[in-house]
Parts: sequence; C-alpha cells; structure tokens
Amino acid sequence: MSKKESSFLSMVVSLLIITLVSGLSLGFVNDLTAGPKAKAKLEKKIKALKLVLPAFDNNPVEEVTKVISEQAKDSVELYPAFSESNFVGAAVIGSSEKGFSGLIKIMIGFTETGKIENIEVLEQKETPGLGTKMKGEKFLKQFRGIDPATYNLKVKKDGGDVDALTGATITSRAFGEAVQMGYDEFVENKETLKNSKN
Amino acid sequence: MAEKINQKQNFLKGIVKENPIFVMLLGMCPTLGVTSSAFNGFGMGVATLFVLLMSNMVVSLVKKQIPSKVRIPAFIIIIASFVTIVEMVLEAYVPFLYEQLGIFIPLIVVNCLILGRAEAFASKNGLLASILDALGMGLGFVMALTVLGATREILGSGSLFGLQFVPENANTFILFILPPGAFIALAYLTVLFNKITVKTS
Repeated sequence: MSKKESSFLSMVVSLLIITLVSGLSLGFVNDLTAGPKAKAKLEKKIKALKLVLPAFDNNPVEEVTKVISEQAKDSVELYPAFSESNFVGAAVIGSSEKGFSGLIKIMIGFTETGKIENIEVLEQKETPGLGTKMKGEKFLKQFRGIDPATYNLKVKKDGGDVDALTGATITSRAFGEAVQMGYDEFVENKETLKNSKN
Repeated sequence: MAEKINQKQNFLKGIVKENPIFVMLLGMCPTLGVTSSAFNGFGMGVATLFVLLMSNMVVSLVKKQIPSKVRIPAFIIIIASFVTIVEMVLEAYVPFLYEQLGIFIPLIVVNCLILGRAEAFASKNGLLASILDALGMGLGFVMALTVLGATREILGSGSLFGLQFVPENANTFILFILPPGAFIALAYLTVLFNKITVKTS
C-alpha cells in the first residue's frame, strides 16, 4: 500500500479538499433540513397551544407578543387566544434555569381570569424516570384550575402548596418558578394582550 | 474461500469477540450518559452505527490520498461532518429523540470507537471489509447500549421501552437511572457477557 508522502503541499491540499467537501455537504444538508426543522418546531408549538388554552378560533402563533422580562434571559412569548373576538385567555412560555440539568421551558395556559387552564412541558433535560415525571398527569393535575394569586407555587418543603415529585425536589422547585414567572408576565401584560385584537 | 471466512470474521468480531462495550470498553461517554432508558440507548446506538458506517466507508476510500501526518485531523473532519448531518436530520425528522439525546449527539465526534475503527481498521483495509467491520462493531454497540438501557430502565423506572409494568408510585431502584447506576449496571453486564462468551469459546 503506497501512502502519499507528507509534503507541506500535499498536506495543505488534502486537508483543503476534505474541509471543502465536508463544508459543502453540510451546507446542502442544512438547506435540505431547514424546512422540516422549522415545521417540526411550529407543529410542536401549535400542539402545545391547543393543549393549554381554552377553545380559541384565532391564530395565536401569528399574534404573539414578545416582552423583555427581568426574570428570563430571552424575551418572554405571550400568545393571546380569542374566541369570536372575545379575549378568552393567553399562553405564556415560562422558563427556569434552576432545573436539575439546567433550563426547563414550559407553556402555561391562563384563562381570562388568570386561572391556570393547563401546562405543557416544552424543553427539559431532567433525569429520566425522576425529573421527567413532571410531564406526567399526576404532577400536572395539581396545577389545573388554580389561581396563582392565591396559591403558593413553592414546593411544600419550602412552605408552598406544590406536591414535589419524589426524588426530584429541585425539578419541582424550578417548575414552580417557571409557572410563577409565566403568571407574573401574564398579569403584567394582560391589558396589552386584550387590546391586541383590533 | 479463505477470503469469505475472513469477511465473515470482520463482521462477527464486533458483535461478540471484540464487542466495543463489553470487551474493548470503548466509547464509555455515551454508554454511561444516555442509557437511562432502553429507547435512548437504542437511538444513540443507531446514530453511532450510522456515523461509524459512513466514516469507515469514506476513510477506506480516501486512505491512499491522505498524507499520513495529517490523517487524524482528516478523519476527525470526516467524522464531524457525518455527526453534524445526523444531528440536523434527527432535529428535523425525529425531534423527540433529538431532545432526549441532547448534547450526546455532537459528542459522537469524540467517541473513541469511531476514530478507533477509522485508524485501526478502515485506514488499512478495503471498502468491503471496512463496511463489514463498521456494521459488526455498530451492531455490537447498538446491542450493548440497548441491553444496558433496558436493564437500567427495568430496575430504575419499572418499565421497558416506555411501557410501565409497575404501579406509578411503586418504589423502584432509582439509583439505576442515576449516573452511579450506569457504572454498576455496566460492570455486572460486562461480567455476565464475558462469562457467557468464555464458556462458549
């Protein structure tokens, strides 16, 4: 087997060719997957919106309001829901960096009066079998229909009202924090959202 | 005939005799990191199998054109390209798996199994032999990760491939889905695997 000699020129040329080919093919695949990628994200959002909001007939994705929040790094997204042009509630994306493995992102749906309609977990990296149980019915059930104004979103260990997940107190704490953040933003921006339909 | 036996050997050795996980103990980072459930282990295994197959193929094709002094950077570029492709495809078409595997997908680049096979096998052998080697090693990897994931899931969450077979509030060995459980389960499975293979050979 004759290997090519490692002269300066041959090394530069072969590496150049390899990086060029790989760069081009990556660009090609990126173009190819950009559409489906955006579609998958959007579908997930729409699915989550349908799950957490009361029945609506507008298009919350297009009527999204983004506000700067002190509690989050990125802007917070609020999706208003209207039924026959009446404001029926809004979905807010709440997040917390204090999960067991970092960021937890959830979508909280509020009714017009500020009660929680439903919650859907969007992004999380928690321990499978422990923290991931926050997606389960058993944990989420306790949040439905409550009004965060009269309900302490801290876990029971910290003097709140939330039943923490077994073995995943940190996750439960972060979850409560994310819900609280969503509620704060909802209350602050409720009037703007109501008037967003013109 | 001898050629044929040789090729068969190239394929089979990765599954049993030189199993990347239970015998060679290669690629421990994803092995220990993502095998908290059978499905995660399987998904990671298949992603790695694909990258291994593609990189072995390309490396065996271009091996004569690459000057030996820059072969490692060249292999890494080839491997990294395929990993990035896998990452983009998973994100677009299997977002569920993409979220589960998270950081471990880009980390396939530094999985020593892949660079190891490129350097130790594909850069010295022909195309067919390299493909068979990659398939054998890859399947051995998929198998090992799935078994490890299944063991940890059964003991730790009382389920298999997401199907729960104990009541939701039953006490399971939570230890097994936490990082230390990965080491313990891997050690016992390695012992078991070697016990069986030593007996049969």
